[in-house]
Amino acid sequence: MTDQAQLLPGTLDLLILRAVSLGPLHGYGILLRIGQISGKALLIEQGALYPGLYRLERQGVLKASWGTSENNRRAKFYELTAAGRKRLREETKSWNRLAAAMGSALGAQPEEI
Amino acid sequence: MKFLGWFRSVAAKLFHRSRIVDDVEQELGSHIQHRADDLERSGLDRREAERLARIEFGGRERYKEESYQALGGNSIEILIHDVRFSLRLLRKSPGFTAAAILTLALAIGANAVVFGVLNALVLRPLNLPQEQSLYGIDRGGIGFESYPNYRDLRDRNHSFEDLAAYTMTLAGLDTGNDPSPVWGFEATGNYFDMLGVHPYLGRVFHASDEHGPNSAPYVVLNYSYWHVHFQDDRGVVGRIVLVNKHPFTIIGVTPPEFHGSMIFFAPSFYVPLVNQEQVQGESVLDARGNRRGIIEALGHLKPGVTTAQAVADLNAIGADLEKTYPKEDSKMVFTLARPGLGGDFLGAPIRAFVAGLMLLSVLILLAACANLGSLFGARAADRSREVALRLALGSSRRRILRQLLTEAMLISLGGGTVGLLGSLVLLRQLSVWQPFPRIPMTVPLSPDSKVYGVALALALVSGILFGIVPVRQVLKANPYEIIKAGAAARMGRRITFRDVLLAVQIAICAVLVTSSLVAVRGLVRSLHSNFGFDPQNVMLVNTDLNMAGYRGDRVLPMQKRMLEAMATIPGVKSVGLTDLPPLALDGHRMDIYSDKSTDLRPSNAAAQPFMFNVSPGYFEAAGTALISGRSFTWHDDKDAPRVAVINQDFARTIFGSVTNAMGAYFKLRDGTRVEVVGIVEDGKYFSLAEKQSPAMFLPIMQSPPSLLQSPSSFAWLVVRSNGDQQMLGAAIRSKLRELDEGLPAYISPWLTEMDAVLFAPRTATVALGVLGVLGAMLSITGIFGMAAYSVSKRMRELGIRMALGAQRKEVLQAALGRSIKLLALGSIAGLALGILASRVLAVIVYQATSRDPIVLAGVVLAMALLGLLATWIPAQRAMSIDPLRLLREE
Repeated sequence: MTDQAQLLPGTLDLLILRAVSLGPLHGYGILLRIGQISGKALLIEQGALYPGLYRLERQGVLKASWGTSENNRRAKFYELTAAGRKRLREETKSWNRLAAAMGSALGAQPEEI
Repeated sequence: MKFLGWFRSVAAKLFHRSRIVDDVEQELGSHIQHRADDLERSGLDRREAERLARIEFGGRERYKEESYQALGGNSIEILIHDVRFSLRLLRKSPGFTAAAILTLALAIGANAVVFGVLNALVLRPLNLPQEQSLYGIDRGGIGFESYPNYRDLRDRNHSFEDLAAYTMTLAGLDTGNDPSPVWGFEATGNYFDMLGVHPYLGRVFHASDEHGPNSAPYVVLNYSYWHVHFQDDRGVVGRIVLVNKHPFTIIGVTPPEFHGSMIFFAPSFYVPLVNQEQVQGESVLDARGNRRGIIEALGHLKPGVTTAQAVADLNAIGADLEKTYPKEDSKMVFTLARPGLGGDFLGAPIRAFVAGLMLLSVLILLAACANLGSLFGARAADRSREVALRLALGSSRRRILRQLLTEAMLISLGGGTVGLLGSLVLLRQLSVWQPFPRIPMTVPLSPDSKVYGVALALALVSGILFGIVPVRQVLKANPYEIIKAGAAARMGRRITFRDVLLAVQIAICAVLVTSSLVAVRGLVRSLHSNFGFDPQNVMLVNTDLNMAGYRGDRVLPMQKRMLEAMATIPGVKSVGLTDLPPLALDGHRMDIYSDKSTDLRPSNAAAQPFMFNVSPGYFEAAGTALISGRSFTWHDDKDAPRVAVINQDFARTIFGSVTNAMGAYFKLRDGTRVEVVGIVEDGKYFSLAEKQSPAMFLPIMQSPPSLLQSPSSFAWLVVRSNGDQQMLGAAIRSKLRELDEGLPAYISPWLTEMDAVLFAPRTATVALGVLGVLGAMLSITGIFGMAAYSVSKRMRELGIRMALGAQRKEVLQAALGRSIKLLALGSIAGLALGILASRVLAVIVYQATSRDPIVLAGVVLAMALLGLLATWIPAQRAMSIDPLRLLREE
């Protein structure tokens, strides 16, 4: 487990949006999906997901409804709203810019300067 | 709309609180079940899977809390939670709660009362339409002005929309049965129209009703007079009543909310000023030099005119008047004043007094806050174990502080509510209070939203003030240390913030105790000081012969008959008559000139002594000692040489000495030479706090022609007796009835009449006394809290000391030494400050001085007694410590 990375502040929201963008999911499902798409490389405490979910719901980027899960249990399913899709596009773009910049900055070799 | 939306979401959250809680609860539960399903699939049994799922989930309560916060319903949730928790805590220590609420209630109540008075007297004077543009005109600190000057100001200014004026008058009003003296206003015709007052019934008079002297015999009744004396009879309009025996027609009634244009004084009726001669039996409407023409001229500034422009405008007219009428007008420099106070005549001292009172009551509130702050600090220290436990269990410091502040707020709101309710009762009683028996005072103290607002704001601010005291304590708290060491571990020797608070609070209380003692002593002394007359065993009979129709030459013989009739009453030792008794907060001052002076302009006057017109026998009746020469006889009449009796101060300032003054001459304004035939002792003539002033007494038979008329019909009989005052009053009344059935008269002991003069010092003394008592109570609770806390903290230590053989004295010293040291320190600082503060007091309370051994000893004694009282119970507790039991328990 030690090779899992700590989340940077603010990245959980983006991960949630990305996970949900692939189809409506309940909370536990979102966690599983994040693990799946990140190759289990990120450490997220399970409970920490929920305050993030509620915040996004309150901001209107997610909408939620109660339904029945594949385990035949009652669960709340989340999906993206139009605002959510827009937010995901923008934040992905800005994340990519940041990552590219960080990558090139940290990867720079002495002779390139 | 945004706010509305927010409100709706908060309200929805409150009402659907349980739904949200259930929702979150269910969702988190569902998550754990899903996780457990997965774990079960990997081979664990169900119970183990669920346990593991819960562990993996992390701090469920914490995430629940954060979830509520994310949902936006959190602050309300926490608030409700905190309020419930705080109420439970407060209920568990009823003594502390009651003491805190009572302390605050007293402090906030005192502030609300003082602010209510301030609000009524200074901030919201008259309750008239468009009052913000309404100004009174003031000249040299008072609003009095002569009628011709007023007319010039009114007609020639470009700054006011209109200028109206009024003066007070006491007239015999005969509505058909019993003629009784009633206070009213003589007002200019434009008075009601300028103020924007519309009649409740009938009509009011207008400028168009004025057609020269005595042309408008109309009377407008004030609502409350009409309500009481005519029982709301709507048929009074058109009825004829007699005002000083002259027929006037009632034309209307003013609306209930209108009480005239003076702040303290509610007239019963209004008559046109042009009818002054009929109402007062004399008219000053043509006397430009007589500033008793009107009490105040007032008007609305034109839109866009600043006060500075208006003052410049008035002063230009004033300068011109000075040039045109050099004999009558001087020092024509005007300012604008708040209306309703006779220029700044009443305004300045009232403002100073109320502001001083406000300052003192804010001090009280600060002392209360310091007091509660140290109590709260102590309480928080007591709860440090609980706080440490909560911190260790993951509660945030913010959360704990929030709860502490909620507790402080609950107490401050509770105290504020109780204090406000108390002050409402007090204000209601104050507004129906009539301090002067003869004058209809009204102080509309009905508290408005401003008073409620201030009380609420004060409660909240003080809640924050004393609520933040424990903040530092909580922020610094190290849960590990506290739980390990136990709560009683730290008992530092160094001076803490709480000690400073307590010392400051005691100092403030000592200031209040000092000032109240100084005021009380001053009052007691001023009651026993030498007034230059002796009001004991003297009845004053206030008559106005004009009210009974006596005028001109008929006045003097009637007054002589009255004096003779009084002298025949058994027990009466001496009788005199004066146009005005001294020390009645009223006084005529008159310019006099040296005998050599030929230029008799006001600026050239040698002195401006108080002037009294008195009858033969007055000095004996008033108890004023004659130092040399003679008093008046009935032979000092119009045909005899003009004579005067002067006081010692007059003799010294004008003639150098008493011996020089005897037989010397001085000149009156009209050039008459007057010979000094007698000299009497110095006295007080206007108010108790005045400086020694010159005074002259002239015989009523010779009253100078520059006065309105000679002799004055308005006079006071001074009847000195050694009999029973009650019986004397009845005898005087029946004698007067024998002389004239229709003569209204006020009869009262001179001491009662002096109530007016003593009103200011008495009010100051009562107010300061109340504040002093409040301060004393606060210092008791403060010292008590501190001492009790220190004893309870050190129970174990004291027990060990006793077990090791410490004497009771040593135990007491250890337990209470600190409180007593603080008390001494605070008292000394407070005493020093109090002495400084009493210099201010000396302005209001005659003979208030702090350099008085009795006051100093009194303060020291009072503070010592307070300390004793406050440390008594804690000391008892410390003494009754049973070391064995105590050590076994801990």
